[in-house]
Amino acid sequence: MLARTVTHALVGLDARRVEVEAHLQLGVPAFAIVGLADRACQEAKERVRSGIASAELEWPVRRITVNLAPAELRKEGSGFDLPIALAVLAASRQVPPEALGGHAAVGELALDGRLRPVGGVLAAAEGARQSGLSRLLCPAECAAEAALAGIEPVPVHHLAEAVAYLRGEWQPPPPDELAPSPLNGSEPAGPDLAEVRGQERARRALELAAAGSHNLLLGGPPGTGKTMLARRLPGILPRLPPNEALEVTRIHSVAGLLPPGRPLVSVPPFRAPHHTASVASIVGGGSSPRPGEASLAHRGVLFLDELAEFPRNALEALRQPLEDGAISIARVGGKIVFPARFQLVATMNLCPCGARGDPAAECSCSAARLAAYRDKLSRALLDRFDLVVTVPRPRARELEGAPGERSEAVRERVTAARSRARGEPLRRSREANELLSRAVERLPLSARGRARVARVSRTIALLAGVEEVGTAQVAEALSYRSPTELGTP
Amino acid sequence: MSDLVLAAFAAETGGHVVEEPRERRFERFRREFDEAAFRSTLAARRLRFVGRSEAGYPSLLRELHDPPPGLFLRGLGAAELFGQPGVAIVGARACSSYGSQVARLLGRELAAAGLVVVSGLARGIDGEAHRGALEAGGPTVAVLGCGVDRDYPAAHAQLAARIGEQGLVVSEYAPGVEPAPWRFPARNRIIAGLAAATVVVEARERSGALITADFALEGGREVFAVPGEITSALSAGTNALVRLGATPLTSPEDVLEALGVVAVSAPEPELGETPARVLEALAREPSGIDGLIRETGLDAAAVATALAELELVGAVAEADGLYRGARPQG
Repeated sequence: MLARTVTHALVGLDARRVEVEAHLQLGVPAFAIVGLADRACQEAKERVRSGIASAELEWPVRRITVNLAPAELRKEGSGFDLPIALAVLAASRQVPPEALGGHAAVGELALDGRLRPVGGVLAAAEGARQSGLSRLLCPAECAAEAALAGIEPVPVHHLAEAVAYLRGEWQPPPPDELAPSPLNGSEPAGPDLAEVRGQERARRALELAAAGSHNLLLGGPPGTGKTMLARRLPGILPRLPPNEALEVTRIHSVAGLLPPGRPLVSVPPFRAPHHTASVASIVGGGSSPRPGEASLAHRGVLFLDELAEFPRNALEALRQPLEDGAISIARVGGKIVFPARFQLVATMNLCPCGARGDPAAECSCSAARLAAYRDKLSRALLDRFDLVVTVPRPRARELEGAPGERSEAVRERVTAARSRARGEPLRRSREANELLSRAVERLPLSARGRARVARVSRTIALLAGVEEVGTAQVAEALSYRSPTELGTP
Repeated sequence: MSDLVLAAFAAETGGHVVEEPRERRFERFRREFDEAAFRSTLAARRLRFVGRSEAGYPSLLRELHDPPPGLFLRGLGAAELFGQPGVAIVGARACSSYGSQVARLLGRELAAAGLVVVSGLARGIDGEAHRGALEAGGPTVAVLGCGVDRDYPAAHAQLAARIGEQGLVVSEYAPGVEPAPWRFPARNRIIAGLAAATVVVEARERSGALITADFALEGGREVFAVPGEITSALSAGTNALVRLGATPLTSPEDVLEALGVVAVSAPEPELGETPARVLEALAREPSGIDGLIRETGLDAAAVATALAELELVGAVAEADGLYRGARPQG
């Protein structure tokens, strides 16, 4: 007796259709899974057997072969439990095999038959929709996520519930109850800028970074609030539009990072890998590639605290996504592309001992040590930072100021500037052009540096809502160029 | 005639030779020495040699009691450069941002006034003085304590190349001579010897820059010291010089006055109201941008704009996030 269910395996962010065939034969009772299943997938045997028993269903005393087709595709993870269980039950006619038509299934079984959420449900649901299926049997926690793909989810809490549904004895709740409220904007987007006192300079740079999607480098001695400021960037970024939110959700779903009860990621993500992180964990990788921090920060902020402490090869690996907005990982089986269009925010001390820029301390770094520290950052990487701000240690009286502006108010200005950016591109006034040329002559400013200043001055003008880029905007933009000590004039 | 032999012999033996040594080894070396071949090797490497007996030898250097037998020259600058009035700007390698700004300012202003800036190509003050002179488009002379073909320190190879475009890199040591600690005091006597005045910008106690100042005093040349905070170790040497009678330097004009050079003073650029307010605040105390925002009551954008304008006219300089006025007050 043979029965078939449909599920999906993930290749990068894409779902590939996998047919789960269960065949029961007479013979010595046995249970085998074939079709390039990895270890977690092989262990489905035990979970499925226990799950079926716990659901008070019958484990067929037959020689059971489960085939996951196509056989050459590697299958990983525990999401195959539910489709395998349903295929076995359908093959033993405990559920009507024809009821499985038009359905895909995904989910991990607990030993007591309950369903556990798995990653990548959104991608699987999209795959199901593309292969013409209309319903997805999935763990109840993942139903809202599946609904995002425009497919009708059948949320089940327990294997018995799935069986009841397929026998026609139980109906899932109407889908509109699960439809996620798309962009309600009520999600907290990290800490608020109002908590930062003083730091007017860095706040201004943060606002510019948000308005123009510029990469931002904050330099300064430790304890000046660089990290505190950077963490508040997502809060002043506009919420993600629906299509981008879906992209981000797909990546986070595959990585198993979706917070329960909040299926759609509508706040720009903020990822802060530690500097001991491996190259693969930052840009993605593994034998079956998974998205790295750079992809998880897609449409959001990748924050690298203590930039110079990161291994140089990890930083160099970031140059491709900074340029292309995507990371491609080549494997023998083919190339996988993860989107990675993130905004890079980094902090660094001005010297290895950290005392530079702090009037109360004396730097004890030798010239050679200082040079080695700064050599870690290639010019090519530093060139990607449009905004470079040095935050010296604030004096005590600067910290006594009133609480700063709230993130929400800043976000409104940023959103307005971004919508103006969609209009006619701004031109520079004649005087502004002259100032820029004078700056190239007088200051150590390269052609690339000039382009950076031009970009930033445009953002300043967009924030100010002026008609053209004037001298004031160019002059302010000049103050964000990287210091000569960093070697990128 | 024998100048080059002496220099080559010094390179061969790894010693320091000023007078003709009375030893058999030197006699043998002189007999076997092929001066024409040596000169053609130099020329092939675009190096020159000017001996003590030649006309191009700096006359100020002749006044030393132990003038080097000759100078090896690298770069496109003419040897006539030595005829122009020169000023030595020296100081600590590990200098403060204040020191490097002053060195840069002095290098720029004095070169603009037509003086040749002489220094030692070292990190810190020396390098900044050279850079300031190059900024003003003036020729500058770097004196090395190793073979003239070596870039020492290596980090200043590019700076040395830029100096060579209009100025000179010079050394009394033939190509290939390794740097050694004892060669640097000897190098300092040349720095002081080439210049009519010596300015020490920042120096700790027992700094090499003080050796240069001693040589200058010995030669009866003018010595200036840039006064510093009495609590800073980096100013201990310069303040001690002032106490011993060196002229405290309060602006580049002090040097010009002492050397009788008329300054071509650039007209003070007119500043707008906002930059003037920012500059006034900076004259009281170096400050970060946030401090200026508090001090002036302007917003972040206005302060940044004002600072960029001031930086363009050379009125302020930034280091490690702190801005300071770059013009001497008063």
